[in-house]
Amino acid sequence: MTTTSITAPPPAPVDGVSRATHRDSSPGKPRRSNAAVTILLLLGAAYCLLPVLWVLIASTKSAAELFSTFTFAPSTHLFQNVADLSAYRDGLYWRWMLNTALYAGVGALLSTLVSAMAGFALAKYTFPGKSAVFNMLLAGVLVPGVILAIPQYLLLAKLDMTNTYWAVLLPSIISPYGIYLSRIFAAAAVPDDVLEAARVDGARDGRIFARIVLPMMQAGLVTIFLFQFVAIWNNFMLPYIMLGDDRLFPVTVGLHGLLNQGASQPAMYTTVVTGALLSILPLVALFLCLQRYWQVDLAAGAVKS
Amino acid sequence: MRSKTAAKALATVAAAMLLATGCSGSSTEASGSGGSDEPVKLTYWTWTPNMDQVVAKWNEQNPDVQVTVNKQDGGDAAVTKLLTAIKAGSGAPDIMQAEYQAVPTLVAADALADISEELDGDVADKFPESAWEAVTLGSDAVYGVPQDSGPMMFFYRADLFEQYGIEVPTTWDEYAEAARKIKAADPSKFLGTFSAADPGWFTGLSQQVGASWWGVDGDTWQVDVDSEATKKVASYWGGLVEEGVIDNTPMYTPEWNAALNDGTQVAWLGAVWGPGVLEGNAESTKGKWKVAPLPNWDAATPANGNWGGSATSVTSQSKHPEAATEFITWLNTDPEAVKLLAGTANVYPAATDARANALTEPPAFFADQPDFYDIAAEAAEAANPFTYGPNVNVAYSAYKDAFGKAAEAKSAAEFPKAVEAVQETTVEDMQNSGFNVEG
Repeated sequence: MTTTSITAPPPAPVDGVSRATHRDSSPGKPRRSNAAVTILLLLGAAYCLLPVLWVLIASTKSAAELFSTFTFAPSTHLFQNVADLSAYRDGLYWRWMLNTALYAGVGALLSTLVSAMAGFALAKYTFPGKSAVFNMLLAGVLVPGVILAIPQYLLLAKLDMTNTYWAVLLPSIISPYGIYLSRIFAAAAVPDDVLEAARVDGARDGRIFARIVLPMMQAGLVTIFLFQFVAIWNNFMLPYIMLGDDRLFPVTVGLHGLLNQGASQPAMYTTVVTGALLSILPLVALFLCLQRYWQVDLAAGAVKS
Repeated sequence: MRSKTAAKALATVAAAMLLATGCSGSSTEASGSGGSDEPVKLTYWTWTPNMDQVVAKWNEQNPDVQVTVNKQDGGDAAVTKLLTAIKAGSGAPDIMQAEYQAVPTLVAADALADISEELDGDVADKFPESAWEAVTLGSDAVYGVPQDSGPMMFFYRADLFEQYGIEVPTTWDEYAEAARKIKAADPSKFLGTFSAADPGWFTGLSQQVGASWWGVDGDTWQVDVDSEATKKVASYWGGLVEEGVIDNTPMYTPEWNAALNDGTQVAWLGAVWGPGVLEGNAESTKGKWKVAPLPNWDAATPANGNWGGSATSVTSQSKHPEAATEFITWLNTDPEAVKLLAGTANVYPAATDARANALTEPPAFFADQPDFYDIAAEAAEAANPFTYGPNVNVAYSAYKDAFGKAAEAKSAAEFPKAVEAVQETTVEDMQNSGFNVEG
């Protein structure tokens, strides 16, 4: 996607930097640097897209063909593979997909709501310890979620909540990065004048937040939702540690299990590859649907004020 | 027998660890007969395929003890998860599949319940001594009931052996000769590979020579990885890898699968569960494989080793050790259950007599070889004793590191050095964990 939009007008003068450096040397030079940039971007695109192509092609192969035919030669077994995948332990895969949708959908929604509230409060209210809270959040942005998985497990084990849907949902709700983004966005998108006007009109804080702030932050919240949705969708470590019952697994942990059957069992490669392909389709669809919000992004709010 | 006191030594360390946390064994107090109206509910962590179908039989016959199977990732992953749950104090299942090499680790972490009280006296007689010792660690305690064993076997492509005029090797010298012959006939082909990614495979081969990597005397552990026996095996394979007649890439990779399919790997030193792996990875070669006993160092005294094998254990967090023990006894000794284990869950049961009755047909992938399970039974019989220690995971990852480098370098001199590296890492780790070690 990036390549097409950037490489589309190649003969036209490009951005300021390359124009400034290359224009006065010779007329042939800019073209060559254009070609170099294009090739670089094409390489980047190939680097990103080849694995996807591999998954697409590999999922059309039968188990015997997967390791014996040419890597990029497609075959005709896609539907058979999907049928095999669906037949695995009475359609357990589809249950994993539903679980993932639940974890990612509900988790991202709740997380967005919490982020919006916290970010708004941090941006627009003054209260003691505000900067301390914000600094802790910043530190939280720097701590990878993987590190927290074990402590979170120990905490939830105390509450006897491991191996339940809550074990994955609860930790997903707090996202320091989401709160951080939301704070920046609230500061830029919600003018103080509007809030004051609302207060003068007698609106309480809850009403201000629901009726005025949320709509104004909409574009930014979509960004946060998408971030968090993708993060939970791809999350592996947390559910892997939390869940013992494979009926609660999200698709990432489920597919991992199919690959690790122990030495005495063959790994179910074709099934896993097909499952991986199907599991990225909802993400692709979601991005295509929400792309326009995504593009509006942070800049929109800044311009309006 | 020097491993008699293994459990005692483990218990000492376990007790020391538990003094700090102060949560020893409180879970077993709640053991009841399960009440009369409410059925006892047990969870069972295992990665054996189709185990839920075997368990369904039990649930049907025992409405008052209902077992739920939670399928896990294979091997180490499940062990790590169980240890985390034990540390956390909740979240562990009632019943756990425990590989033999993981039993000492789990006992040291107080993860497994001693079921010697609950167990019927005659259960021990149904298993070969080596399997039973793996769950008792040579003590009076019992930490599970053996489920399956994995005697090593030699799988080879009969069609290619015939094509190159090679006899099935019965000794390791003949194996080396056969490797050279194949290399000479077709430089792209290998008789086998040295897999630095499969420590279980290497311990099996070392076990055949009589190595036992751990041992216990009183409260003191011995670590004996760098014994002459293990070095002999390492040097042998190092020589073949340096010579280039044996491949140096790991097993269970896509490349290895491709090599099994197209005949680049002409044979495989696997174990009794091999047919399932071959069928899954190289279905197109069906009917071309045959099985033979593992080559020997001395043809006059055949010996063998195990690759894999596991027990079914009751965890220390289970509130129903009695019901759980009853279930795992049924699962691994009842003729009907063992038949299901062998037929549906594809394991090679450890219970000797029940196994003989259950396995009358060769596996489908070896349909032409009616004596498949006779060879397997002989292989199981010939297995040498082997004692595992409480930090097998550390030794195994040291193996992967050290032998990974040695195999990559294709240098025969590096292989015995890798053995020493494993020894050193293992001893150091045990000392750091507070075990008495000499070695």
